[in-house]
Amino acid sequence: MADLKAQIIEQLNLQEVAPESIGDDQPLFTKEGLGLDSIDALELIVLLQQHYNIRIANPEEGPKIFHSVRTMAVYITENQTVKA
Amino acid sequence: MWEADSALDLSDFLRAGYDRFSGQYPKFHKMDALSKLGWLAAEVLLKDTAIASLAPEQTGMVLSNRSSSLDTDLRYYATVKDFASPALFVYTLPNIVMGEISIRHGFKGENTFFVSPAFDTALMCSYPAQLLAETPLQACICGWVEVMEQQYEVALFLVENTQRNNSILLTEAALTALYQQNNSL
Repeated sequence: MADLKAQIIEQLNLQEVAPESIGDDQPLFTKEGLGLDSIDALELIVLLQQHYNIRIANPEEGPKIFHSVRTMAVYITENQTVKA
Repeated sequence: MWEADSALDLSDFLRAGYDRFSGQYPKFHKMDALSKLGWLAAEVLLKDTAIASLAPEQTGMVLSNRSSSLDTDLRYYATVKDFASPALFVYTLPNIVMGEISIRHGFKGENTFFVSPAFDTALMCSYPAQLLAETPLQACICGWVEVMEQQYEVALFLVENTQRNNSILLTEAALTALYQQNNSL
């Protein structure tokens, strides 16, 4: 999950956030959590495509997949295919 | 006030300006260069003003530049053939810089962005003056914010209905003199 945190920071340009400061279960889209917004959500979708060759088939799954770094990691593990 | 190393490229210059004049505003790092430049200039311009005492609807903006958002448009276009960048796409309009300044300072007044070949002092004098006279605006940030690749220029002015100790009367000649003074620095 450390790699995923580093990828999130790079993709979202979170220059003042250290990977170790993001909790595995910290909510990504609440003010109490990382405070990401709707554009960040789109960037996370791009991150999954770019780094893991994963396209989200059902957009309604978004809130569940992007709840935290751990939920993202689980989704990636379950859906990752070999990148073309 | 502050002089950066002339060898810095625009990105590093903007980061140095952020470290010098602001900090603690992580959204800055997500902005495109045009928004960063205008946002930083507004930080400096508004630092010691009474503008925070005005109602949100009483502060507006009239900005202009030569290249619109072309610098970011080209960067966005370069991503389209691979993965179109949502973060770049939202900056493919020149008026977004005014949105970023408004969010930072809580402004909700009227704002307008003009694209013109050069800083139009006649327009930048008459239009804000008209807004102050005929709308609820009591203050208007006006000026020029231009970015194209490594070329950049910003000159912002604060026009107010209320006369302050160090203020000067808004005339075309006065604005021209201020703008030329900025260019000579």
